[in-house]
Amino acid sequence: MKACTLEITENKPIVPLCFKMSLRGAHGEIKAGQFINIMIDGFYLRRPISVYDWDDDTLTVIYKVVGQGTDALSKMDKGKKLDVLSELGNGYKTSVSGMRPLLIGGGVGVPPLYALAKALIKDGCNVSVILGFNTKSEIILADEFRALGASVSVTTVDGSEGVRGFVTDAIPYAGYTYVYTCGPEPMLKSVYNKIITSGQFSFEERMGCGFGACVGCTCRTKYGNKRVCKDGPVFVKEEIIW
Amino acid sequence: MVNTSVNLCGVSLKNPIIPASGTFGFGHEFADVYDLNCLGGISVKGTTAVERFGNETPRIAEAPSGLLNSVGLQNPGIDTVLGYELPRLRDSYGGAIIANISGFSIDEYVSTCEKADKSKNVDIIEVNISCPNVHNGGMSFGTTASGAAEVTREVKKVCKKPVFMKLSPNVTDIAAIARACEGAGADGISLINTLLAMRIDIRRRRPVLNNVTGGLSGPAIFPVAVRMVWQVYENVGIPIMGLGGVSTADDVIEMMLAGATAVQVGAANLRDPFACKKIADELPALMEKLGVDDINDIIGGAHNG
Repeated sequence: MKACTLEITENKPIVPLCFKMSLRGAHGEIKAGQFINIMIDGFYLRRPISVYDWDDDTLTVIYKVVGQGTDALSKMDKGKKLDVLSELGNGYKTSVSGMRPLLIGGGVGVPPLYALAKALIKDGCNVSVILGFNTKSEIILADEFRALGASVSVTTVDGSEGVRGFVTDAIPYAGYTYVYTCGPEPMLKSVYNKIITSGQFSFEERMGCGFGACVGCTCRTKYGNKRVCKDGPVFVKEEIIW
Repeated sequence: MVNTSVNLCGVSLKNPIIPASGTFGFGHEFADVYDLNCLGGISVKGTTAVERFGNETPRIAEAPSGLLNSVGLQNPGIDTVLGYELPRLRDSYGGAIIANISGFSIDEYVSTCEKADKSKNVDIIEVNISCPNVHNGGMSFGTTASGAAEVTREVKKVCKKPVFMKLSPNVTDIAAIARACEGAGADGISLINTLLAMRIDIRRRRPVLNNVTGGLSGPAIFPVAVRMVWQVYENVGIPIMGLGGVSTADDVIEMMLAGATAVQVGAANLRDPFACKKIADELPALMEKLGVDDINDIIGGAHNG
Protein backbone atom coordinates (compact mmCIF):
# COMPACT_ATOMS: atom_id res chain seq x y z
CA MET A 1 0.00 0.00 0.00
CA LYS A 2 1.19 3.46 -0.85
CA ALA A 3 -0.53 6.71 0.12
CA CYS A 4 -0.31 9.30 -2.62
CA THR A 5 -1.69 12.58 -3.87
CA LEU A 6 -2.58 12.40 -7.55
CA GLU A 7 -3.79 15.21 -9.80
CA ILE A 8 -6.58 14.69 -12.32
CA THR A 9 -5.32 15.41 -15.86
CA GLU A 10 -8.32 13.98 -17.71
CA ASN A 11 -11.81 12.80 -16.62
CA LYS A 12 -14.22 12.20 -19.48
CA PRO A 13 -16.89 9.73 -20.55
CA ILE A 14 -15.83 7.16 -23.17
CA VAL A 15 -19.27 5.56 -23.45
CA PRO A 16 -22.44 6.51 -21.52
CA LEU A 17 -21.85 6.30 -17.72
CA CYS A 18 -18.32 4.99 -18.21
CA PHE A 19 -15.45 7.43 -17.52
CA LYS A 20 -11.74 7.44 -18.19
CA MET A 21 -9.73 9.33 -15.61
CA SER A 22 -5.99 9.96 -15.82
CA LEU A 23 -4.05 10.92 -12.72
CA ARG A 24 -0.56 12.39 -12.47
CA GLY A 25 1.89 11.85 -9.62
CA ALA A 26 4.02 9.23 -7.88
CA HIS A 27 1.69 6.22 -7.68
CA GLY A 28 4.01 3.45 -6.54
CA GLU A 29 4.70 0.10 -8.16
CA ILE A 30 1.49 -1.28 -9.66
CA LYS A 31 0.74 -4.73 -11.05
CA ALA A 32 -2.08 -5.59 -13.46
CA GLY A 33 -5.22 -6.47 -11.50
CA GLN A 34 -4.47 -4.23 -8.55
CA PHE A 35 -6.71 -1.33 -7.57
CA ILE A 36 -6.56 2.13 -6.03
CA ASN A 37 -8.86 3.48 -3.30
CA ILE A 38 -9.92 7.08 -3.81
CA MET A 39 -11.12 9.51 -1.15
CA ILE A 40 -14.06 11.56 -2.43
CA ASP A 41 -15.14 14.77 -0.66
CA GLY A 42 -18.43 14.28 1.14
CA PHE A 43 -18.21 10.49 1.40
CA TYR A 44 -16.86 8.59 4.38
CA LEU A 45 -15.56 5.51 2.60
CA ARG A 46 -13.10 5.54 -0.26
CA ARG A 47 -14.07 4.15 -3.66
CA PRO A 48 -12.02 1.18 -4.90
CA ILE A 49 -11.35 1.34 -8.66
CA SER A 50 -9.23 -1.08 -10.68
CA VAL A 51 -6.26 0.28 -12.59
CA TYR A 52 -6.43 0.37 -16.39
CA ASP A 53 -2.94 1.51 -17.37
CA TRP A 54 0.04 3.46 -16.06
CA ASP A 55 3.53 4.73 -16.80
CA ASP A 56 6.12 6.33 -14.53
CA ASP A 57 4.08 9.29 -13.33
CA THR A 58 0.62 8.69 -14.79
CA LEU A 59 -2.09 6.26 -13.79
CA THR A 60 -5.38 5.76 -15.61
CA VAL A 61 -8.60 4.21 -14.38
CA ILE A 62 -11.85 3.47 -16.19
CA TYR A 63 -14.90 3.42 -13.97
CA LYS A 64 -18.64 3.23 -14.27
CA VAL A 65 -21.01 5.60 -12.47
CA VAL A 66 -22.99 3.22 -10.27
CA GLY A 67 -23.93 5.40 -7.30
CA GLN A 68 -23.47 8.75 -5.58
CA GLY A 69 -19.74 8.34 -4.98
CA THR A 70 -18.77 7.52 -8.55
CA ASP A 71 -21.21 10.21 -9.75
CA ALA A 72 -19.32 12.76 -7.64
CA LEU A 73 -16.02 11.40 -9.00
CA SER A 74 -17.25 11.83 -12.58
CA LYS A 75 -17.92 15.53 -11.95
CA MET A 76 -14.40 16.30 -10.75
CA ASP A 77 -12.39 18.68 -12.91
CA LYS A 78 -8.89 18.59 -14.30
CA GLY A 79 -6.40 19.90 -11.74
CA LYS A 80 -8.22 18.48 -8.72
CA LYS A 81 -5.86 16.63 -6.36
CA LEU A 82 -7.04 13.28 -4.98
CA ASP A 83 -6.04 11.43 -1.81
CA VAL A 84 -5.37 7.92 -3.12
CA LEU A 85 -4.18 4.64 -1.64
CA SER A 86 -2.31 2.74 -4.33
CA GLU A 87 -0.77 -0.73 -4.86
CA LEU A 88 -3.82 -2.43 -3.31
CA GLY A 89 -4.75 -6.08 -3.81
CA ASN A 90 -2.67 -8.98 -5.08
CA GLY A 91 -3.08 -8.51 -8.85
CA TYR A 92 -2.74 -11.14 -11.57
CA LYS A 93 0.18 -13.54 -11.61
CA THR A 94 1.51 -13.70 -15.17
CA SER A 95 4.23 -16.36 -14.88
CA VAL A 96 1.73 -19.25 -15.02
CA SER A 97 -0.04 -18.20 -18.24
CA GLY A 98 1.55 -20.55 -20.78
CA MET A 99 1.99 -19.26 -24.35
CA ARG A 100 -1.67 -18.80 -25.30
CA PRO A 101 -3.58 -17.18 -22.42
CA LEU A 102 -7.24 -16.30 -22.86
CA LEU A 103 -8.49 -13.08 -21.21
CA ILE A 104 -12.23 -12.74 -20.57
CA GLY A 105 -13.78 -9.46 -19.42
CA GLY A 106 -17.35 -8.34 -18.88
CA GLY A 107 -18.45 -4.68 -18.76
CA VAL A 108 -16.29 -2.62 -16.40
CA GLY A 109 -14.39 -5.84 -15.68
CA VAL A 110 -12.60 -5.24 -18.98
CA PRO A 111 -10.18 -2.39 -18.05
CA PRO A 112 -7.89 -4.31 -15.61
CA LEU A 113 -7.29 -6.92 -18.33
CA TYR A 114 -5.69 -4.29 -20.56
CA ALA A 115 -2.54 -3.88 -18.49
CA LEU A 116 -2.47 -7.66 -18.07
CA ALA A 117 -2.61 -8.18 -21.85
CA LYS A 118 0.20 -5.67 -22.25
CA ALA A 119 2.37 -7.54 -19.73
CA LEU A 120 1.62 -10.96 -21.26
CA ILE A 121 2.36 -9.75 -24.79
CA LYS A 122 5.62 -8.25 -23.56
CA ASP A 123 6.43 -11.70 -22.15
CA GLY A 124 5.99 -13.13 -25.66
CA CYS A 125 2.53 -14.65 -25.20
CA ASN A 126 -0.06 -15.00 -27.93
CA VAL A 127 -3.00 -13.31 -26.19
CA SER A 128 -6.69 -13.83 -27.06
CA VAL A 129 -9.36 -11.62 -25.51
CA ILE A 130 -13.13 -12.03 -25.20
CA LEU A 131 -14.98 -8.86 -24.20
CA GLY A 132 -18.65 -9.05 -23.24
CA PHE A 133 -21.15 -6.19 -23.12
CA ASN A 134 -24.91 -5.75 -23.05
CA THR A 135 -25.06 -3.77 -26.27
CA LYS A 136 -22.92 -2.08 -28.94
CA SER A 137 -23.01 1.38 -27.32
CA GLU A 138 -21.36 0.01 -24.17
CA ILE A 139 -18.34 -1.51 -25.90
CA ILE A 140 -15.03 -0.24 -24.53
CA LEU A 141 -11.36 -0.89 -25.30
CA ALA A 142 -11.78 -3.41 -28.14
CA ASP A 143 -9.57 -1.29 -30.42
CA GLU A 144 -7.02 -0.71 -27.65
CA PHE A 145 -6.61 -4.48 -27.16
CA ARG A 146 -6.25 -4.93 -30.95
CA ALA A 147 -3.59 -2.22 -31.01
CA LEU A 148 -1.59 -4.22 -28.46
CA GLY A 149 -1.65 -7.16 -30.86
CA ALA A 150 -4.24 -9.29 -29.07
CA SER A 151 -6.82 -11.31 -30.96
CA VAL A 152 -10.19 -9.83 -29.89
CA SER A 153 -13.72 -11.30 -29.87
CA VAL A 154 -16.66 -9.18 -28.77
CA THR A 155 -19.98 -10.49 -27.50
CA THR A 156 -23.16 -8.50 -26.91
CA VAL A 157 -26.25 -9.80 -25.17
CA ASP A 158 -28.54 -8.18 -27.75
CA GLY A 159 -26.41 -9.19 -30.74
CA SER A 160 -25.85 -5.58 -31.84
CA GLU A 161 -22.12 -6.31 -32.34
CA GLY A 162 -19.99 -9.45 -32.50
CA VAL A 163 -21.25 -12.75 -31.16
CA ARG A 164 -24.79 -12.64 -29.78
CA GLY A 165 -24.91 -13.84 -26.18
CA PHE A 166 -22.51 -14.01 -23.26
CA VAL A 167 -18.72 -14.28 -23.10
CA THR A 168 -19.08 -18.03 -22.57
CA ASP A 169 -20.60 -18.29 -26.08
CA ALA A 170 -17.24 -17.17 -27.49
CA ILE A 171 -14.95 -19.42 -25.44
CA PRO A 172 -13.29 -21.92 -27.80
CA TYR A 173 -13.33 -25.65 -27.08
CA ALA A 174 -9.53 -25.74 -26.88
CA GLY A 175 -6.43 -23.85 -27.94
CA TYR A 176 -5.75 -21.77 -24.83
CA THR A 177 -3.28 -22.49 -22.04
CA TYR A 178 -4.72 -20.43 -19.17
CA VAL A 179 -7.61 -18.05 -18.41
CA TYR A 180 -7.68 -14.63 -16.74
CA THR A 181 -11.07 -13.07 -16.10
CA CYS A 182 -12.78 -10.11 -14.49
CA GLY A 183 -16.46 -9.19 -14.49
CA PRO A 184 -19.74 -9.63 -12.63
CA GLU A 185 -19.91 -12.70 -10.40
CA PRO A 186 -22.51 -14.62 -12.47
CA MET A 187 -20.17 -14.24 -15.46
CA LEU A 188 -17.19 -15.46 -13.44
CA LYS A 189 -19.14 -18.53 -12.37
CA SER A 190 -20.17 -19.33 -15.96
CA VAL A 191 -16.56 -18.93 -17.10
CA TYR A 192 -15.41 -21.18 -14.25
CA ASN A 193 -17.80 -23.90 -15.38
CA LYS A 194 -16.87 -23.65 -19.06
CA ILE A 195 -13.07 -23.42 -19.21
CA ILE A 196 -10.84 -26.49 -19.54
CA THR A 197 -7.69 -24.97 -18.02
CA SER A 198 -6.79 -23.33 -14.75
CA GLY A 199 -7.26 -19.60 -14.40
CA GLN A 200 -7.37 -16.50 -12.23
CA PHE A 201 -10.64 -14.76 -11.35
CA SER A 202 -10.93 -11.18 -10.11
CA PHE A 203 -13.81 -10.61 -7.67
CA GLU A 204 -15.71 -7.60 -6.40
CA GLU A 205 -17.12 -7.04 -2.93
CA ARG A 206 -18.28 -4.10 -0.85
CA MET A 207 -15.19 -2.96 1.02
CA GLY A 208 -14.71 -0.93 4.17
CA CYS A 209 -11.02 -0.08 4.12
CA GLY A 210 -9.60 -1.75 0.98
CA PHE A 211 -6.32 -2.69 2.69
CA GLY A 212 -7.19 -5.65 4.92
CA ALA A 213 -8.00 -4.05 8.27
CA CYS A 214 -11.76 -4.36 8.65
CA VAL A 215 -12.38 -7.83 7.16
CA GLY A 216 -15.64 -6.47 5.74
CA CYS A 217 -15.08 -8.19 2.38
CA THR A 218 -14.07 -11.69 3.51
CA CYS A 219 -14.95 -14.69 1.36
CA ARG A 220 -14.60 -18.42 1.90
CA THR A 221 -12.03 -20.29 -0.18
CA LYS A 222 -10.80 -23.88 -0.19
CA TYR A 223 -7.72 -22.58 1.63
CA GLY A 224 -9.64 -20.73 4.35
CA ASN A 225 -11.16 -17.29 4.76
CA LYS A 226 -9.62 -14.61 2.60
CA ARG A 227 -10.08 -10.86 2.27
CA VAL A 228 -11.10 -9.84 -1.26
CA CYS A 229 -9.24 -6.53 -0.86
CA LYS A 230 -5.91 -7.82 0.45
CA ASP A 231 -5.62 -11.56 -0.29
CA GLY A 232 -7.55 -10.96 -3.56
CA PRO A 233 -9.20 -9.56 -5.57
CA VAL A 234 -7.64 -12.22 -7.83
CA PHE A 235 -8.23 -15.83 -6.82
CA VAL A 236 -7.05 -18.98 -8.60
CA LYS A 237 -9.66 -21.38 -9.94
CA GLU A 238 -8.59 -24.17 -7.60
CA GLU A 239 -9.38 -22.21 -4.43
CA ILE A 240 -12.77 -20.78 -5.37
CA ILE A 241 -15.95 -21.96 -3.65
CA TRP A 242 -19.18 -20.83 -5.32
CA MET B 1 7.74 19.03 26.50
CA VAL B 2 4.21 18.03 27.42
CA ASN B 3 3.39 14.72 29.10
CA THR B 4 1.12 12.50 27.05
CA SER B 5 1.52 9.28 29.03
CA VAL B 6 -1.43 7.86 30.89
CA ASN B 7 -1.92 4.90 33.19
CA LEU B 8 -4.68 2.32 32.86
CA CYS B 9 -4.86 0.26 36.06
CA GLY B 10 -1.09 0.01 36.34
CA VAL B 11 -0.45 -0.37 32.62
CA SER B 12 1.51 2.62 31.38
CA LEU B 13 0.67 3.99 27.92
CA LYS B 14 3.02 6.45 26.21
CA ASN B 15 -0.05 8.31 25.00
CA PRO B 16 -3.81 7.78 25.21
CA ILE B 17 -4.18 6.74 21.54
CA ILE B 18 -5.40 3.17 20.91
CA PRO B 19 -6.73 1.74 17.62
CA ALA B 20 -10.11 0.21 18.43
CA SER B 21 -10.90 -3.46 18.09
CA GLY B 22 -12.13 -4.48 14.64
CA THR B 23 -10.52 -1.60 12.78
CA PHE B 24 -6.86 -2.53 13.02
CA GLY B 25 -6.75 -6.30 12.46
CA PHE B 26 -4.24 -7.88 14.83
CA GLY B 27 -2.00 -4.86 14.49
CA HIS B 28 0.83 -6.54 12.61
CA GLU B 29 -1.03 -5.86 9.34
CA PHE B 30 -0.18 -2.17 9.97
CA ALA B 31 3.47 -2.80 10.88
CA ASP B 32 4.64 -1.96 7.36
CA VAL B 33 2.34 1.10 7.18
CA TYR B 34 4.02 2.94 10.07
CA ASP B 35 6.00 2.29 13.26
CA LEU B 36 3.37 0.98 15.67
CA ASN B 37 5.40 2.17 18.65
CA CYS B 38 3.83 5.63 18.29
CA LEU B 39 0.63 4.11 19.74
CA GLY B 40 -0.24 3.97 23.44
CA GLY B 41 -2.02 0.64 23.02
CA ILE B 42 -3.64 -1.59 20.42
CA SER B 43 -7.01 -3.27 20.93
CA VAL B 44 -6.91 -6.27 18.61
CA LYS B 45 -9.71 -7.91 16.63
CA GLY B 46 -12.56 -9.33 18.71
CA THR B 47 -11.82 -12.93 19.59
CA THR B 48 -14.03 -15.89 20.48
CA ALA B 49 -13.32 -19.40 21.77
CA VAL B 50 -13.33 -20.92 18.29
CA GLU B 51 -12.87 -19.63 14.73
CA ARG B 52 -15.80 -17.73 13.19
CA PHE B 53 -16.45 -16.63 9.60
CA GLY B 54 -18.92 -14.01 10.77
CA ASN B 55 -21.95 -12.92 8.79
CA GLU B 56 -22.41 -13.24 5.05
CA THR B 57 -21.42 -10.33 2.80
CA PRO B 58 -22.23 -7.61 2.01
CA ARG B 59 -21.35 -6.57 5.52
CA ILE B 60 -20.24 -2.97 4.95
CA ALA B 61 -22.52 -0.03 4.13
CA GLU B 62 -21.78 3.66 3.98
CA ALA B 63 -23.50 6.34 6.06
CA PRO B 64 -23.30 10.11 6.23
CA SER B 65 -20.08 10.66 8.22
CA GLY B 66 -19.59 7.00 9.00
CA LEU B 67 -20.24 3.41 8.07
CA LEU B 68 -22.23 0.38 9.12
CA ASN B 69 -20.63 -3.00 9.57
CA SER B 70 -22.14 -6.40 10.20
CA VAL B 71 -18.91 -8.40 10.21
CA GLY B 72 -20.13 -10.48 13.13
CA LEU B 73 -16.89 -11.30 14.95
CA GLN B 74 -14.88 -12.97 12.22
CA ASN B 75 -11.74 -14.25 13.92
CA PRO B 76 -9.45 -17.29 13.95
CA GLY B 77 -10.24 -18.28 17.57
CA ILE B 78 -8.37 -17.55 20.81
CA ASP B 79 -5.71 -20.26 20.40
CA THR B 80 -4.58 -18.92 17.01
CA VAL B 81 -4.75 -15.33 18.27
CA LEU B 82 -2.54 -16.09 21.27
CA GLY B 83 -0.26 -18.55 19.49
CA TYR B 84 0.28 -16.72 16.22
CA GLU B 85 -1.28 -13.25 15.87
CA LEU B 86 -0.10 -11.63 19.11
CA PRO B 87 3.51 -12.93 18.99
CA ARG B 88 3.64 -11.53 15.45
CA LEU B 89 2.35 -8.17 16.71
CA ARG B 90 4.82 -8.22 19.62
CA ASP B 91 7.69 -8.57 17.13
CA SER B 92 7.15 -5.00 15.99
CA TYR B 93 5.35 -3.40 18.91
CA GLY B 94 6.35 -2.81 22.54
CA GLY B 95 3.27 -0.95 23.82
CA ALA B 96 0.14 -2.22 25.54
CA ILE B 97 -1.78 -5.02 23.82
CA ILE B 98 -5.45 -5.21 24.63
CA ALA B 99 -7.18 -8.54 23.94
CA ASN B 100 -10.84 -8.07 23.00
CA ILE B 101 -12.92 -11.09 23.99
CA SER B 102 -16.46 -12.03 22.98
CA GLY B 103 -18.59 -15.01 23.83
CA PHE B 104 -21.98 -16.66 23.51
CA SER B 105 -22.24 -17.94 27.07
CA ILE B 106 -20.76 -17.08 30.46
CA ASP B 107 -18.61 -20.22 30.28
CA GLU B 108 -17.20 -19.20 26.93
CA TYR B 109 -16.36 -15.69 28.16
CA VAL B 110 -14.65 -17.18 31.20
CA SER B 111 -12.58 -19.81 29.40
CA THR B 112 -11.50 -17.42 26.62
CA CYS B 113 -10.60 -14.62 29.04
CA GLU B 114 -8.68 -17.09 31.21
CA LYS B 115 -6.52 -18.07 28.24
CA ALA B 116 -5.93 -14.43 27.31
CA ASP B 117 -5.03 -13.59 30.91
CA LYS B 118 -2.26 -16.21 30.91
CA SER B 119 -0.63 -14.86 27.71
CA LYS B 120 2.51 -12.80 28.21
CA ASN B 121 1.50 -10.78 25.16
CA VAL B 122 -1.75 -9.51 26.71
CA ASP B 123 -1.66 -6.46 28.99
CA ILE B 124 -5.36 -5.65 29.34
CA ILE B 125 -8.49 -7.70 28.70
CA GLU B 126 -11.42 -5.89 27.12
CA VAL B 127 -14.61 -7.92 27.41
CA ASN B 128 -17.01 -7.17 24.57
CA ILE B 129 -20.57 -7.50 25.83
CA SER B 130 -21.85 -5.20 23.12
CA CYS B 131 -21.46 -6.67 19.63
CA PRO B 132 -24.71 -5.83 17.80
CA ASN B 133 -24.04 -8.25 14.96
CA VAL B 134 -24.29 -11.69 16.53
CA HIS B 135 -27.42 -13.33 17.86
CA ASN B 136 -27.79 -14.99 21.26
CA GLY B 137 -24.65 -13.43 22.57
CA GLY B 138 -22.51 -10.38 22.80
CA MET B 139 -24.93 -7.54 23.17
CA SER B 140 -27.55 -9.55 25.04
CA PHE B 141 -25.24 -9.60 28.08
CA GLY B 142 -24.48 -5.92 27.74
CA THR B 143 -28.01 -4.56 27.60
CA THR B 144 -29.00 -5.37 31.18
CA ALA B 145 -27.21 -4.43 34.38
CA SER B 146 -27.60 -7.95 35.75
CA GLY B 147 -26.21 -9.59 32.58
CA ALA B 148 -23.25 -7.22 32.47
CA ALA B 149 -22.55 -7.79 36.16
CA GLU B 150 -22.69 -11.56 35.80
CA VAL B 151 -20.14 -11.65 32.96
CA THR B 152 -17.90 -9.23 34.87
CA ARG B 153 -18.04 -11.22 38.11
CA GLU B 154 -17.25 -14.56 36.49
CA VAL B 155 -14.47 -13.20 34.24
CA LYS B 156 -12.85 -11.39 37.16
CA LYS B 157 -12.58 -14.70 39.05
CA VAL B 158 -10.11 -16.02 36.47
CA CYS B 159 -8.24 -12.85 35.43
CA LYS B 160 -5.29 -11.23 37.18
CA LYS B 161 -4.86 -8.58 34.51
CA PRO B 162 -7.04 -5.45 34.28
CA VAL B 163 -10.51 -6.21 32.89
CA PHE B 164 -12.35 -3.50 30.95
CA MET B 165 -16.00 -4.15 30.10
CA LYS B 166 -16.91 -2.80 26.66
CA LEU B 167 -20.45 -1.47 26.75
CA SER B 168 -23.18 -1.07 24.19
CA PRO B 169 -24.80 2.31 23.53
CA ASN B 170 -28.02 0.51 22.56
CA VAL B 171 -29.46 0.78 26.08
CA THR B 172 -31.73 3.09 28.02
CA ASP B 173 -29.51 3.60 31.08
CA ILE B 174 -25.77 3.34 30.40
CA ALA B 175 -24.89 4.60 33.88
CA ALA B 176 -26.73 1.74 35.60
CA ILE B 177 -24.89 -0.85 33.49
CA ALA B 178 -21.51 0.79 34.13
CA ARG B 179 -22.23 0.87 37.88
CA ALA B 180 -23.19 -2.81 37.79
CA CYS B 181 -19.86 -3.65 36.11
CA GLU B 182 -17.94 -1.63 38.68
CA GLY B 183 -19.85 -3.30 41.49
CA ALA B 184 -19.00 -6.73 40.07
CA GLY B 185 -15.30 -5.92 40.10
CA ALA B 186 -14.52 -4.45 36.67
CA ASP B 187 -11.22 -2.56 36.55
CA GLY B 188 -12.42 -0.22 33.83
CA ILE B 189 -15.08 0.53 31.22
CA SER B 190 -14.73 0.89 27.43
CA LEU B 191 -17.50 2.68 25.61
CA ILE B 192 -19.17 2.98 23.17
CA ASN B 193 -19.50 0.07 20.78
CA THR B 194 -21.47 0.72 17.57
CA LEU B 195 -25.06 1.93 17.36
CA LEU B 196 -27.54 -0.51 15.85
CA ALA B 197 -28.42 0.81 12.40
CA MET B 198 -29.70 -0.06 8.93
CA ARG B 199 -29.60 1.07 5.29
CA ILE B 200 -31.90 0.11 2.41
CA ASP B 201 -30.91 0.00 -1.26
CA ILE B 202 -33.69 2.01 -2.93
CA ARG B 203 -33.12 0.41 -6.34
CA ARG B 204 -33.19 -3.20 -5.13
CA ARG B 205 -35.70 -2.36 -2.36
CA ARG B 206 -33.73 -4.58 0.00
CA PRO B 207 -31.49 -3.98 3.02
CA VAL B 208 -27.90 -3.18 1.96
CA LEU B 209 -26.43 -5.50 4.57
CA ASN B 210 -26.98 -9.25 4.23
CA ASN B 211 -27.49 -9.30 8.01
CA VAL B 212 -30.19 -6.57 7.59
CA THR B 213 -28.83 -4.50 10.51
CA GLY B 214 -25.32 -3.48 11.44
CA GLY B 215 -23.38 -1.24 13.80
CA LEU B 216 -22.90 2.43 12.96
CA SER B 217 -19.49 3.95 13.65
CA GLY B 218 -17.57 7.02 12.58
CA PRO B 219 -17.88 10.77 13.27
CA ALA B 220 -21.69 10.42 13.08
CA ILE B 221 -21.70 8.81 16.55
CA PHE B 222 -19.02 10.94 18.23
CA PRO B 223 -21.43 13.24 20.11
CA VAL B 224 -23.36 10.19 21.38
CA ALA B 225 -20.10 8.68 22.63
CA VAL B 226 -19.06 11.91 24.38
CA ARG B 227 -22.44 12.06 26.12
CA MET B 228 -22.21 8.44 27.31
CA VAL B 229 -18.60 8.75 28.51
CA TRP B 230 -19.69 11.85 30.42
CA GLN B 231 -22.58 9.97 32.05
CA VAL B 232 -20.45 6.97 32.99
CA TYR B 233 -17.70 9.21 34.42
CA GLU B 234 -20.30 10.80 36.68
CA ASN B 235 -21.31 7.37 37.97
CA VAL B 236 -18.18 5.25 38.38
CA GLY B 237 -14.69 5.67 39.83
CA ILE B 238 -12.85 3.25 37.55
CA PRO B 239 -11.00 4.43 34.42
CA ILE B 240 -12.74 4.75 31.07
CA MET B 241 -11.50 4.07 27.57
CA GLY B 242 -13.63 6.39 25.43
CA LEU B 243 -14.40 5.57 21.82
CA GLY B 244 -16.94 6.21 19.11
CA GLY B 245 -16.17 8.35 16.08
CA VAL B 246 -12.88 9.79 17.34
CA SER B 247 -11.02 11.11 14.29
CA THR B 248 -8.73 13.95 15.35
CA ALA B 249 -6.51 15.09 18.22
CA ASP B 250 -9.27 17.59 19.08
CA ASP B 251 -11.66 14.66 19.49
CA VAL B 252 -9.19 12.94 21.82
CA ILE B 253 -9.05 16.02 24.06
CA GLU B 254 -12.85 16.31 24.02
CA MET B 255 -13.28 12.65 24.93
CA MET B 256 -10.81 13.01 27.81
CA LEU B 257 -12.53 16.16 29.08
CA ALA B 258 -15.72 14.05 29.17
CA GLY B 259 -13.94 11.55 31.40
CA ALA B 260 -11.83 9.13 29.35
CA THR B 261 -8.35 8.16 30.56
CA ALA B 262 -7.50 6.68 27.17
CA VAL B 263 -9.16 7.04 23.78
CA GLN B 264 -9.72 4.46 21.08
CA VAL B 265 -9.86 5.34 17.39
CA GLY B 266 -11.99 3.07 15.22
CA ALA B 267 -13.62 3.86 11.89
CA ALA B 268 -11.04 6.58 11.14
CA ASN B 269 -8.43 3.83 10.57
CA LEU B 270 -10.51 2.42 7.74
CA ARG B 271 -10.78 5.75 5.94
CA ASP B 272 -7.17 6.70 6.56
CA PRO B 273 -4.71 3.96 7.56
CA PHE B 274 -2.44 6.64 9.04
CA ALA B 275 -5.20 8.12 11.25
CA CYS B 276 -3.82 6.98 14.63
CA LYS B 277 -0.27 8.03 13.79
CA LYS B 278 -1.45 11.46 12.66
CA ILE B 279 -3.46 11.91 15.88
CA ALA B 280 -0.51 10.80 18.03
CA ASP B 281 1.79 13.18 16.13
CA GLU B 282 -0.61 16.11 16.47
CA LEU B 283 -1.54 15.66 20.13
CA PRO B 284 1.51 17.31 21.80
CA ALA B 285 1.22 20.48 19.68
CA LEU B 286 -2.50 20.68 20.39
CA MET B 287 -1.85 20.30 24.13
CA GLU B 288 0.67 23.13 23.99
CA LYS B 289 -1.81 25.30 22.13
CA LEU B 290 -4.44 24.58 24.81
CA GLY B 291 -1.99 25.14 27.65
CA VAL B 292 -2.08 21.51 28.82
CA ASP B 293 1.28 20.37 30.27
CA ASP B 294 0.10 16.95 31.43
CA ILE B 295 -2.67 15.12 29.64
CA ASN B 296 -3.76 13.57 32.94
CA ASP B 297 -4.83 17.04 34.11
CA ILE B 298 -7.73 17.11 31.66
CA ILE B 299 -9.30 13.71 32.37
CA GLY B 300 -12.88 14.52 33.32
CA GLY B 301 -11.92 18.19 33.17
CA ALA B 302 -15.26 19.32 31.78
CA HIS B 303 -17.04 18.11 34.94
CA ASN B 304 -15.28 20.60 37.20
CA GLY B 305 -17.18 23.66 38.38
